[in-house]
Amino acid sequence: MTLANGRRVAVVAGCRTPFCRSGTALKDARAVELARYATRELLERTDLDPTAVDEVVFGQVVPSALAPNLAREVSLLPQFPREIPAFTLNRACASANQAITAAHDQIALGHAEVVIAGGAESLSDIPILASRRLSEILVAASRAKTLGARLGAFARIRPRDLVPVAPAIAEPSTGESMGQSAEKMAKENGITREAQDRWTLVSHQRAAQGTADGRLTAEIAPWLGTRPGEPALTADNGIRGDTSVEQMATLKPVFDRRYGSVTAANSSPLTDGASAVLLMSEAAAKTHGYEPLAWIKSYAVAAVDPGWQLLQAPIKAVPLALERAGIGWRDLGLIEVHEAFASQVLSNFQGWAARGWEIDEAIINVMGGSIAIGHPFGATGGRLVTTLANEMKRRDVQFGLVSVCAQGGMASAIVLERR
Amino acid sequence: MTAPALTWEIRDGIAVVTLDRPGAPVNTISSAVKQEFIGCFQTLEQDARVRAVAFFSGKPDTFIAGADIEEFVRIGSTAEAERLSAGGQEMLDRVARFPKPVVVGIHGACLGGGFEFALACHYRVATDHPKTQIGLPEIQLGILPGAGGCQRLPRLVGVRAALDMILAGKTERAAKAFRLGMVDELVHPALLRSVTLAAAKRMMDGWRPHRPGPRGLAGLLLDRTPPGRALVFRTARRQVLRRTGGHYPAPLLAIEAVRHGLSAGLSEGLKREARLFGQLAVTDVSRKLVQIFFATTALKKDPGVAGAPAPADVKRLAIVGAGFMGAGIGGTAVAQAGVDVRMKDADLARVAAGLKAARDILDDRLKRRRITRYEHQRVVALLSGADSYAGFGRADLVIEAVFEDLAVKQKVLREVEARTPAHAIFASNTSTIPITRIAEAATRPDRVIGMHFFSPVAKVPLLEIIPGARTAPEVVATAVAFGRRMGKTVIVVQDAPGFWINRILGPYVTEVGHLLLDGARIDEVDRLMVDWGFPVGPFTVADQVGLDVAEKVAGVLQAAFGERMAPAASLAALVSAGRLGRKAGRGFYRYEGGRTKGVDESVYALLGRQPNGGLRPGEVVQRLVLPMLNEAARAVGEGIVRTPRDGDIGALFGFGFPPFRGGPLRHADDLGAARLVDDLQRLSDQLGPRFAPCDALRDMARRDARFYPAG
Repeated sequence: MTLANGRRVAVVAGCRTPFCRSGTALKDARAVELARYATRELLERTDLDPTAVDEVVFGQVVPSALAPNLAREVSLLPQFPREIPAFTLNRACASANQAITAAHDQIALGHAEVVIAGGAESLSDIPILASRRLSEILVAASRAKTLGARLGAFARIRPRDLVPVAPAIAEPSTGESMGQSAEKMAKENGITREAQDRWTLVSHQRAAQGTADGRLTAEIAPWLGTRPGEPALTADNGIRGDTSVEQMATLKPVFDRRYGSVTAANSSPLTDGASAVLLMSEAAAKTHGYEPLAWIKSYAVAAVDPGWQLLQAPIKAVPLALERAGIGWRDLGLIEVHEAFASQVLSNFQGWAARGWEIDEAIINVMGGSIAIGHPFGATGGRLVTTLANEMKRRDVQFGLVSVCAQGGMASAIVLERR
Repeated sequence: MTAPALTWEIRDGIAVVTLDRPGAPVNTISSAVKQEFIGCFQTLEQDARVRAVAFFSGKPDTFIAGADIEEFVRIGSTAEAERLSAGGQEMLDRVARFPKPVVVGIHGACLGGGFEFALACHYRVATDHPKTQIGLPEIQLGILPGAGGCQRLPRLVGVRAALDMILAGKTERAAKAFRLGMVDELVHPALLRSVTLAAAKRMMDGWRPHRPGPRGLAGLLLDRTPPGRALVFRTARRQVLRRTGGHYPAPLLAIEAVRHGLSAGLSEGLKREARLFGQLAVTDVSRKLVQIFFATTALKKDPGVAGAPAPADVKRLAIVGAGFMGAGIGGTAVAQAGVDVRMKDADLARVAAGLKAARDILDDRLKRRRITRYEHQRVVALLSGADSYAGFGRADLVIEAVFEDLAVKQKVLREVEARTPAHAIFASNTSTIPITRIAEAATRPDRVIGMHFFSPVAKVPLLEIIPGARTAPEVVATAVAFGRRMGKTVIVVQDAPGFWINRILGPYVTEVGHLLLDGARIDEVDRLMVDWGFPVGPFTVADQVGLDVAEKVAGVLQAAFGERMAPAASLAALVSAGRLGRKAGRGFYRYEGGRTKGVDESVYALLGRQPNGGLRPGEVVQRLVLPMLNEAARAVGEGIVRTPRDGDIGALFGFGFPPFRGGPLRHADDLGAARLVDDLQRLSDQLGPRFAPCDALRDMARRDARFYPAG
């Protein structure tokens, strides 16, 4: 979108780590290391002068207690001058979208010329919390002035207080887990198990194709590992190109074992990974000699009642973004839809179709989606924008859309234009 | 009259004295400064307003770098040197016995005489800044701390810690010095003045520091009891002899100075210290070590090329070839120069292995506490790599360390030129291929140069820089400056086969094969050369370098210089039998898990020659050393090195030529050209023309000339 001040924002390049199922190849790396790795490699691939960067914005959903502002650790990479401000944000699964649009705003306003935006998540390295009672006792003990008072505080500890609490992927407002929401959406919208598994198959096959032909791996900075003999990882490790509907049909539903349809196969897996996107003003792209992949045309966020259909907000965010872009659904040549669950993707389609929009699966998630590739919460938006922009260039498509549903009943949509 | 070095003002009963030698970059103690000290302390003693003294340096980042070495080298006799030492002791004795407390605030280098002064003061405060380095490096110049250092340090920190410092000539960071008790307080630089003044004020009011000395049972037994100390001295002596092979008298005499002082008392100890200092100061070993000190100091300032063009700043280094050399260069560049490093190799597995090896250098520094965990985290992030040339677009310097083959190197050069900016320098780490030949493939031959590192890069301190025929002077200056940032001692050498180091090692390694065929024992030859002063013997060197590499170098040298460099048949026989040296687990020695398992006796059978004990030790040494000197003389005559200084420093730092002999050219001077020519002629008559003295040496013998001016 060209603003009143004449400025518009270019997507110059993007880069990410391989996305890996949690507890596998990236399990020893912390989220901040993944974010630094992706960013460093983005610098290498673009030959960007690091001193040109004005700001770094990253999304992260489950932050580390040790490095709560992950983006600042990224902007303190030794390649950068130490004076680049940075912040980390959380809009749940749309966090990297939010990072990119926040970067867009800073550039559009003229506050910045070059911004690196992205996201990172390590679900291998989540903070394990102490129980409420145990933390109260520990705080009291640390404040105690005498040994007696301290021992007195510790004496109150009961065995059950020592059980650690892992953060759940559940809505704080409803207690409903993400998977239960997906199950509910499948039932209420009449999405069958077969339809979900079929979409899952498409996701894996297209991701496998994108990996084989190099379009997907071109966006990936190979993870070299630090241990001797550890093989270099050049692709995402959750993609199953050889899976089949029959094979998936053998799996038991996870969230409703009797009447459910959401399985481990037709859901996105817990994933580790990071992404980084280079954004610039038109003037900066010209000055530094970059040919942008695409431009940010518009964006929108929206929310629905989490107690209704938790992952159905894209049916509000996307029309808003298109309206702001001044284009129609039919103008879109490529669409990237985040796949939290196949039931959510198909529910989103249903919602859009209800507006009279024709769903052309041939232009949606052409290199697969989060079910196959994986979904490091904070990082997915960076992958989607990079994949979309690259593919828009390859196909010379004028308009493209990224749609991401998020926890809390939220969604983010971004419209890119090629020229 | 020149401005005084010492100035002071009196405030609240404290005389705040500042040492700032006018016009000098750092503070050193000369005899003029010594006179000022004596005058200053006399005045302050008589001034009733003064109740304490606080002493600081006026230089921003040095306290006192030591005694004035220029004055030291002018000493002509033992007696003169002893007087110099006694004079320094007397001055510091005045400080130590000064009736009012003397407190010193230390920031920056506090070395040698500077630290001995601080030791004589009554209270020491130091900053915790990395620039604050404290120690007694005198041993490195072949002398001992002669201004009471051998007496006051063991009394302050215990005999074990003191011998550690003195015998190795080590300098310590302030934190370590504080832990050892060498200083009393450690503070942030911003607090140095106020904390030092506060200590002076406290002491003025009668407070005295309590110094418990070495702790623990070991401290009690080894540092405090005569039998414990006797054990410490015996152990120290044994270790020194093992380390120095008996070639360096200074550490042994320093032990004697410390020992005598502790048993006979301070004033007797000081007398002995001065006498031993006098003995050492005029030894040939000390002279040689001082010459090396001056040579390396001069070399550090040498731009490496006429006209001294300003070197360009290297912010980003790219390396092609992530093998052993490439990884060593990358890790060392990150660790020493803090430069951003990008490595490229043909496949990711090699890149990953290279990055791992480079990272090991950084991990090692962390383990040795050379860097903190946070610095480690930062420098590790400077290393990255790929199987493509991504990231070369911002490289200022590219070093190739790929397979030693002209066509391969030229291909890499062309690829790199296509991916790098016009100002980027392409440096080849070749050891055998002429730089000018490699540069023939370049579109920017003025940006092509040789940077010959030695293996292992992190350990060997030498770097040869080889300008090609068309290399631009500022490219030479940039490569030299960057080599120095990598912590290397840099010599600029001519683009001729073997450059300098491999050229003069050529006949040495060649002769090894002949000795073997003449019935020498492998370990016997190695032991003889270690006794002569080399860190390891020639067979061990050959195993480390790799026999295949040695053969390749020998082939290049033979092609260029003919028969005198022709390797003995023994080398080829071993290579074709798969004995490639240490990396293959067997060469002249056997290796298991990286450790030497003794001579591989089957080598003798393989070559059909059993050791016969027929070679005299003196003959072995001559056959190895003299051809090296001969070749060095010839190469100097051809202008391979710019000065004899560069040649000697190269040999010292490149392959450990014995420092107490000063280097091959100094050693040749010591032997004399005429004698060298005679000995070489005799060997040539007996064993073959490979020993024939070169024209340069003959000419020198005729003119009674030397490489260095006499004196």
